[in-house]
Amino acid sequence: MTIASLIDSPSELTDSASSKTAIVLMTRIRLARNLAGRPFPGWAKPAQRAEIFSGCRAAVAATTPMKRGLDIEISDLTELEKQILVERHLISRELSGAKSDAGVVINKDQTFSVMINEEDHLRIQVLRAGFQLKKAWNAINELDSALEDVLDFAFSPTLGYLTACPTNLGTAMRASAMMHLPALVISNQMEKVVRAVNQLGIVVRGLFGEGSDASGSIFQISNQTTLGESEEEIIKRLGSVLQSITEHELNARGKLLEADPAKLFDKIGRAYGILRNSHLLSSSEAMNLLSLIRLGVDLGAFPDANRSVIDRLLIEAQPGHLQHAQKREFEPGQRDLLRAVRLRSEFANFTHPDFNFSNGKN
Amino acid sequence: MANPLKCDLCSKPATVHLTQIVNNKVHKVDLCEACAQAKGVTDPSGFSLADLLLKASLNPEPSITGVRCEQCGFTPGDFKKHGRFGCPACYDTFKGLIEPMLDNMHKGVTHTGKIPHRALERKSLYDRLTKLELDLTEAVKSERYEDAARTRDEINQVKQTVTQKPVR
Repeated sequence: MTIASLIDSPSELTDSASSKTAIVLMTRIRLARNLAGRPFPGWAKPAQRAEIFSGCRAAVAATTPMKRGLDIEISDLTELEKQILVERHLISRELSGAKSDAGVVINKDQTFSVMINEEDHLRIQVLRAGFQLKKAWNAINELDSALEDVLDFAFSPTLGYLTACPTNLGTAMRASAMMHLPALVISNQMEKVVRAVNQLGIVVRGLFGEGSDASGSIFQISNQTTLGESEEEIIKRLGSVLQSITEHELNARGKLLEADPAKLFDKIGRAYGILRNSHLLSSSEAMNLLSLIRLGVDLGAFPDANRSVIDRLLIEAQPGHLQHAQKREFEPGQRDLLRAVRLRSEFANFTHPDFNFSNGKN
Repeated sequence: MANPLKCDLCSKPATVHLTQIVNNKVHKVDLCEACAQAKGVTDPSGFSLADLLLKASLNPEPSITGVRCEQCGFTPGDFKKHGRFGCPACYDTFKGLIEPMLDNMHKGVTHTGKIPHRALERKSLYDRLTKLELDLTEAVKSERYEDAARTRDEINQVKQTVTQKPVR
């Protein structure tokens, strides 16, 4: 599979929206693995890095789930292609900046990706639409075991899987969910939620992980610690936190509807108006407007089928995807113009919001 | 992701934004991932790690500062600079440096999760094979031919068990 055909084919992230993905958009698990007796990527000499890269690449590409997928070195990708993979959460920003002997193997439906020579020799990732922690764990556990058959992983009985950074020791697992929490944001409750879940060893970040902002009211929620608990225990704890955040979000929506429905409908209606009529839209403004329309779908103001359009646009309104659609690069100012053109045309066929739905539908 | 801030150190797009209050003055720093890592302020390990590193540098253990990893040449100074270790063996070499950190960093200090059983089994078979081959050479050298024959049979047995060769 080539990068061009991967970018143009349907993916788990852009084509799986349903009422089941209303609040938890996607679940993601990653495992860090390193080869025994080899220096970590950040410390390896160029020749060692090259050898590790080619050995891991061949082993990963030969596993059953990765067959006929994309198997590519980072230096063979254009800036735009790298950006698209970052926007789809298939590679990290760190890997996209790698100069040589680093790469990624991605399967056809873009549910698995294995980064090679990122911070660790292997960063194995599984991505599933909706709230699917257990299924995601089973899938990644199986791929990890298949790799274990052909690669000797660095492992200590007391410290678990050995990783370049000591914060990843033990299970070397980070499980996360991408959540859409507009009502908690509107009612200024996010800070409270973040503090509460921090106490439980769970971290909240923006859409693109470390240091990114939470435009579009989309947050990434994941476990902080990796040593001293089994994978199942971490997943169970994270799962119950996600469930309780979901309940809080639904409560907050109920309260907003009850207290001042006109204010909420006004926000959604205005978002619809801007998306239909604007001529310049920045990435973060577009995200925030799409988020409000998404909330409108959840509430019943728009048909349920429109959720998939919004979810696709949340990805495709990102700078990389936008420029790819035009087959060339643009300055940020021109991108805002392109983005508005794209969203105007999408929303031209969008049904008008109908706020006469029965309250409590969600 | 519009109009990304530039890194204060190298002007690449900044992805790490740190606000510190020092002597009642607010200091804002915007760093790119690489510089943040070099400075050891990357989330999620960042804050706690920086904290821990500071603690470690306040009380340097003289027995550890001079040590170098035999496998990869890594030193504790390198860890302070990168916030990452050099190779898996570093965890043995710098045990004394790492153990006090783990308590603050993690929920526990002992791994209770997945164990790569098949890989460990394979490793123990290889270790056994290496030892048997040494025994064989030794037996032949000292003309203990009965021992040599027995060791050779054992080697053949172990070799049959090992069906797959690791790729690395």
